[in-house]
Amino acid sequence: MKARLMDRAATVVLTLIAILIIGTLVGLLGFILSQGWHKLNLDFLTSPPDIVNAGGGIGPQLFNSLYLLVLTMLIALPLGIGAGIYMAEYAPDNKITQFIRMSIEVLSSLPSIVVGLFGLLVFVNMTGWGYTLFGGALALTVFNLPLLVRVTEDALRNVPRSQKEASLALGITKWRTIVSVILPAALPGIITGAILASGRVFGEAAALLFTAGMSSPNLDFTDFSLNSTTSPLNPFRPAETLAVHIWKVNSEGLTPDARDVADGAAAVLIIAVLLFNLSARWFGNWVYKKMTSGSN
Amino acid sequence: MSHRTEGVNTERQSMIAQKMLTTNKRQKTENITGKTIAMICAGLLVIVVLSITYFIASKGLSTFFVDGVSIKEFLTHDKWDPEGEPSAYGVLPFILGSFFVTALAALIAAPLGIGAAIFMTEIFPGFGKKVLKPVIELLVGIPSVVYGYVGLTLLVPFIREQFDVLGFSLLAGGLVLALMILPTITSVAADAIEAVPQDLRNASLALGATRWQTIWNVVLHSALPGCLTAIVLGMSRAFGEALAVQMVIGNTTKLPGGLLEPISTLTSGITLNMGNTIQGTPYNNALWSMALLLLAMSFIFIVILRLLGRKRLAK
Repeated sequence: MKARLMDRAATVVLTLIAILIIGTLVGLLGFILSQGWHKLNLDFLTSPPDIVNAGGGIGPQLFNSLYLLVLTMLIALPLGIGAGIYMAEYAPDNKITQFIRMSIEVLSSLPSIVVGLFGLLVFVNMTGWGYTLFGGALALTVFNLPLLVRVTEDALRNVPRSQKEASLALGITKWRTIVSVILPAALPGIITGAILASGRVFGEAAALLFTAGMSSPNLDFTDFSLNSTTSPLNPFRPAETLAVHIWKVNSEGLTPDARDVADGAAAVLIIAVLLFNLSARWFGNWVYKKMTSGSN
Repeated sequence: MSHRTEGVNTERQSMIAQKMLTTNKRQKTENITGKTIAMICAGLLVIVVLSITYFIASKGLSTFFVDGVSIKEFLTHDKWDPEGEPSAYGVLPFILGSFFVTALAALIAAPLGIGAAIFMTEIFPGFGKKVLKPVIELLVGIPSVVYGYVGLTLLVPFIREQFDVLGFSLLAGGLVLALMILPTITSVAADAIEAVPQDLRNASLALGATRWQTIWNVVLHSALPGCLTAIVLGMSRAFGEALAVQMVIGNTTKLPGGLLEPISTLTSGITLNMGNTIQGTPYNNALWSMALLLLAMSFIFIVILRLLGRKRLAK
């Protein structure tokens, strides 16, 4: 009898825990969205922040986040896929491979602030660039490489052996087989991983404080030359991203509506991250269906 | 006619044979280039890890070798006054702060996370997979500054009103971190529990054990290394988290006195002061030494995880 009672009690407790977690997430999202909802208008999303007065927006920050995301992915994706290919297709089972695996593990568990400090030392001070978007992108590349390598390796390993063998049997070289047979088949997995990594880039702040910096120059959105200091596209200018802006406004905001700005910015960040997550799911499924539709 | 076609055929055959016997030079170089590029990408990972270790260590060690602070004093003294006269570089308050806040987060998140993992795999697998798992994955994706922001706007005022204190506290930091590492713990523990062979459960149930007895005595017992891995992973994330903690912890450099008192952590100290100090000064170097401590801790966490992984394989 006692055992049965315990069983019942445990089931109830575990169910309560599950409800608590779901409730927390719903509460969290609801709180952030309801707080920031009234700020979500075009003016807030496009106008520059105001340091002293109320009524500033987050336009440059939003642009910086997106631009940084593009830059980071341009650098990180080729490197991540390259390393993933090596780990899945070429790496022999020896000490060196074990060491590479160990490095991936270390890299993925490094605190992001440590990555940021490394960036400060190498990409900011040693190169003499100062705080730049490009330095931030490199730091975020370091931060995201392990994830991309792991995702690519898993996706490549999940491609059926028979496809690879069929290609090799036709006399196609190993590299050609990888590029034109295995990689396309593994693409859905890689894309899903890349979108999830994008979400991480978009929300990351600690690694950017001391690499991309905590300020933005006055951007002139009609100037598109890569060299001009006010051009939004210049990768060698300091750039405060949305996540960094939230932190800065919360910890040292001076404007009377700092709280309002933080509310709005947090809501925008959450919506963006949710979009990344959902689209990763949806897009992965879609590509998968598209690519396997011939077979059934 | 037939003689002619035959001639053409043999000619073609010999051409094909020749083509198959000679290696295509272009393809061969392409093959080697491809492999080399992939190898360089993988090698880059090793280079990055080694250079992170080297650069942070060389900066961090200069506190001891250039500025002449003794390692013992640095690690065990509780007086932190780098701008004072004479200056004091005891980082014990930061170290203890980091450990306390991490331990508190793990104490809160571990039971909840493992409970949720059991629920997902053993009690309602259908609902768990369809609802709880996506919810957990969404929680993983929420940026840490957002956790900090919620802690600042919701948790800190709540603690302030309830207990009539400042609000910025060890408790606030622990709760924010607990929420942050909960998804990590849940998903890793769920994988470990799912990997327990079904035979074990069946055997236990056949002996007349209830579901809870089976979970407690059999499933959790054999998934223990996996669950510990989950907790350690969560703790390593909590230990290294910077901004979310910095926003709610209060940043007072003193030894932790109670749950409701403001403290500092290694990460919050670095975040707040790195930008305001001049490169190369003893103060700045001391911050790099704190970063080195963080790096060392993350290596220690990896060693623990490796040992746990080996235990799991041995089973």
